[in-house]
Amino acid sequence: MLEIKNLHAGVEGRQILKGIHLSIQPGEVHAVMGPNGSGKSTLAQLLAGRAGYTITAGEVLYEGQDLLDMDPEERARAGVFLAFQYPVEIPGVNTTYFLRTAVNAMRKHRGQAPLDAVKFLSLMREKIKLLELDESLLKRSVNEGFSGGEKKRAEILQMALLEPRLAVLDETDSGLDIDALKVVARGVNRLKTPQTAQLVITHYQRLLDHIIPDYVHVLHDGCIVKSGGKELALELEERGYDWIVKSPLQTA
Amino acid sequence: MPATLTAPIRPADQLAAAFARQHQSSPAWLQPIRQAAWTRFLELGLPTTRDEDWRFTNLAPLSALPLAPASQGSSANLREVVFATLSGPCLVFVDGHYAPKLSEIGALPPGVRIGNLAATASGEERALAPSLQSRASKQSAAFDSLNAAFFTDGALIHVPDDVVLEAPIRLYNITTSPDAGSMINLRHLIQVGARSRATVIESCLGQTDAAYLNNSVTELSTGAGARVEHLKFQDEAAAGIHVSSLRLRLAQGSHAAHHSLALGARLARNNILARLEGEGADCLLNGLYLAVGEQLMDHHMVMEHASPRCDSREFFNGILDDQSRGVFHGRIHVHPGAVKTDAKQTNRNLLLSDEATANTKPQLEIYADDVKCTHGATVGQMNPEQLFYLQARGIDLDNARRMLMHAFAGEIIERIACLPAREELDQLVWNRLEQNPHIAA
Repeated sequence: MLEIKNLHAGVEGRQILKGIHLSIQPGEVHAVMGPNGSGKSTLAQLLAGRAGYTITAGEVLYEGQDLLDMDPEERARAGVFLAFQYPVEIPGVNTTYFLRTAVNAMRKHRGQAPLDAVKFLSLMREKIKLLELDESLLKRSVNEGFSGGEKKRAEILQMALLEPRLAVLDETDSGLDIDALKVVARGVNRLKTPQTAQLVITHYQRLLDHIIPDYVHVLHDGCIVKSGGKELALELEERGYDWIVKSPLQTA
Repeated sequence: MPATLTAPIRPADQLAAAFARQHQSSPAWLQPIRQAAWTRFLELGLPTTRDEDWRFTNLAPLSALPLAPASQGSSANLREVVFATLSGPCLVFVDGHYAPKLSEIGALPPGVRIGNLAATASGEERALAPSLQSRASKQSAAFDSLNAAFFTDGALIHVPDDVVLEAPIRLYNITTSPDAGSMINLRHLIQVGARSRATVIESCLGQTDAAYLNNSVTELSTGAGARVEHLKFQDEAAAGIHVSSLRLRLAQGSHAAHHSLALGARLARNNILARLEGEGADCLLNGLYLAVGEQLMDHHMVMEHASPRCDSREFFNGILDDQSRGVFHGRIHVHPGAVKTDAKQTNRNLLLSDEATANTKPQLEIYADDVKCTHGATVGQMNPEQLFYLQARGIDLDNARRMLMHAFAGEIIERIACLPAREELDQLVWNRLEQNPHIAA
């Protein structure tokens, strides 16, 4: 589904990713962990198509297509979804209107008829329960004045509505208390199917107690320095990152 | 000599002759007031860009006009005007004169007076005298004097204490005169008693191709604990010049919201003077201006914090295209003793063309301790973070830009409490923006 080959990228002349290799198959959940500044968020943003990064080497193939050559909206319509670490507030854009526009953009791409307001509302009511979100949020501007937890749950609500094939969750656990974390994780787990994949980017192990990864990768200084199964996350929790990053030759 | 180019512009003799006629036909009590105002206007002349309060607003299009009071208009088209479907009292002025056939006041709660000044019993209109003689607004002194010298009529709205008026009161100020240089001077007086609630919607519309001056003054005062919403919708004719002066006086614990929607006119200058006179009063000034072609939209605010624990909020957003110009001047004056003042001011400008200009000038004068005053201004293109977020959800760039533009306007519109007015404006502004060919540039 996703093939990242020798990806080198940077911003304003500073190299951030220094040769990432990662292969994700349908049905898999991958976790990318790493200390601050290791390049985790850059990787997430780059997959979603944020402008401002310079790719100096390597390629990213998504279902055989050159992902890096696609506009952000093309990627989204092709099924790539980024749950933002910092969801953007858009004062004046009504949340329901925004969600319906996004859902109908996806439907149009798939050759489906647009949902009218009534059908959309019933779809949204069904999904919003899953995330235990208050319906009043839908009447407000996108993310504006939402609490940290509401913003993160609203991201997963969008994921539930847009039904991506590849979901990239960028530090979705940051700023969540344990109850909110469980709600978010439950939402994400319900969206897991044999045809879809998830890339979970996190600093801490605790999210991975609830979203169980098939593979864990440790990112350090722009490279994946170790890969393993879910037990690697537990080991990181116990021993921290130092034991890996001090011996960077242990690349799996 | 360069100095002669910016010297105050003197009114032509024909305006003096028109004044003599106006003066002669006025009631005795008004004559000295008119005379004093006319003398003051002659002293001041029209402001020039050398005047700091008018630095960015060149009145050349106005000084070129042969100003004379508009003759009484015959009729105006009210069928498709904005807010036509709203219910509630409605006063229509055409070319500065009350049009009773187009107006409808209906049944009112006891003590509530809604009518036009010219029709009120003599004596009652003398309530106007202090306002006519007020020299409070330095920023609009010349135009206020011109208005006092020439005003023909206006609305008189008096709401006694403890009355809630649910339906908005609509005032229409429609210019139809086909004569270049026609001058319309209305003067509205709105008094809302203690703990009462009222909404007033003032629409200034042009139904002519001629260049004219609409120079109105609105005086609004609140009693203690009153809540008042005042909305001004300005959609003058393309060649029209709009100058307005709004003076708000807020008593203790009262709340006043003023919304200014500026869409029309060749040149529009809105002078707003708000005085927070009673403790714990709060005032919202909320404005949206859309300018295209060579339009100039100027909002000039003075917020006077004269008492402790008052809040003021000023939010003005402008969308400027072509060679248009937006001007925002926001002065916050915190008087000695006005402790615990909380004043906030924001001006945001979205430029859709390289040739559009925004001038924004905050001005804080603080003479009290323990106050919170903030201001912020932005001039620029759309926020790339927001565009990326929308794109990342599958929305193409054109649509994302369109959504943000509507949001920029919507942010102001959504502060309007009067629901039917808000919904209508939402649609109207949306349609107006959709006509813009640069929306997805």
